Amino acid sequence: MSVQCDLVVVGAGPGGSMTAKTAAAAGLNVVLLEKRQEIGDPVRCAEGVGRRALCEMVKPDPRWIASEVKGARIFAPDGTSIVMSEDKGGSEVGYVLERKVFDRALAMDAARAGAKVMVKTRALGLLRRDGVPCGVSAMHMGEPLQIEASLIVGADGVESKVGRWAGIDTALKPKDIHCCAQFLVQDQSIDDEYCDFFFGNAKAPGGYVWAFPKGDKLANVGIGVQGSKSGSGMPLRLLKEFMKSRFPNGKVLEMVTGGDPSSGVIESATADGVMLVGDAAHQTDPITGGGILNAMKAGIIAGEVAARAVSGGDVRKAGLKEYEDRWRAEIGRHIARSYDYKEFFVKLSDNDLNQLIGSLKNEDISKMDLRGMLRVLFRLNPKLLWELRHLVI
Amino acid sequence: MLTINRYKCCYCGACVGACPTAALELVETWLEVSEECKECGICTKICPVGALEVKA
Repeated sequence: MSVQCDLVVVGAGPGGSMTAKTAAAAGLNVVLLEKRQEIGDPVRCAEGVGRRALCEMVKPDPRWIASEVKGARIFAPDGTSIVMSEDKGGSEVGYVLERKVFDRALAMDAARAGAKVMVKTRALGLLRRDGVPCGVSAMHMGEPLQIEASLIVGADGVESKVGRWAGIDTALKPKDIHCCAQFLVQDQSIDDEYCDFFFGNAKAPGGYVWAFPKGDKLANVGIGVQGSKSGSGMPLRLLKEFMKSRFPNGKVLEMVTGGDPSSGVIESATADGVMLVGDAAHQTDPITGGGILNAMKAGIIAGEVAARAVSGGDVRKAGLKEYEDRWRAEIGRHIARSYDYKEFFVKLSDNDLNQLIGSLKNEDISKMDLRGMLRVLFRLNPKLLWELRHLVI
Repeated sequence: MLTINRYKCCYCGACVGACPTAALELVETWLEVSEECKECGICTKICPVGALEVKA
């Protein structure tokens, strides 16, 4: 069996659905593939997202907002904590989403815009004409299926294959992937108003532990460990230890695991006939691990560029340069900066972390953004942060 | 040989993203290993739940 379209999008997460929606709205004939039988499930995400940036892209819907938080609290290894407000305190807090509902809503938006959605359909490889990709071979319910398309978008997540098929090496080095485990926890002691971040080399080597409230004394309590510092089953083991100390009576209602790219900007997110979006293009923020908003922003850009490239008849790598330029300008520069922070952060000892977080104890940081806070940190700890001076000044 | 404890595997795909030879593929809840696997063991360290092991 075969299907013909202008654009095939592989993967119906937020990045893929935004690409499909944007391209379909611009008039392209779009097919959106999801290899799972259900969109949005199982979840692999802490679900925290910046409110303002999200609302610029989609209309907020109470059906996929689990809770709204006031701010973030950061805990040093010695237990000292500082509070950042939501409106300034970095873009990773604001809403805690219900991804199962959210992802499906975005796919529905793509469908409403005209995209054909196919679930339980797995891409197996690229079709090629004169060496140039011209669609994907796929499997739907055990039956082979050819999807011919002028252009292919790989939004196939951390496990991306589309990029590798197109000659882009998307394999993540252990130091550039964070290994994560998360429980959905019910506990009376959960604070419904703040997203909490816990740091410490024993708690979460090269990463952090989080507790993001989902309302009604529920929270996503999870851990990310830098791959190069992890070992077989370490994230799950450390998460259980954290649960014992912080939520000894917490009830675990759900378990989630996953790998989060923390590699910084990818060398190329385009090849002839192919664009990569979201985790597939390592567009996650290396310091926070957040990837939803970046994937959605990149998806919108990819959808717009796809419409122009297909109607203009140039889908070679050079014809897709606009996507490369725009995502790098809009989110890439930020990702690159966060990667430098991450490279520095993963080297800090617990004493360093205590000193840094403790130094903010008497500063009013409630109105500061991450950059403002870094400037204050630099003023208070010039020796420790000397390596980061180019990022602060 | 790379072995998968399928009773432990949470089919998250972290191993797939870290595999240098693209030997792993996640099909819904089923992790497939191809002949490309060089038994380098990277995936066994990446797996958040310890479901993978390279056995002699």
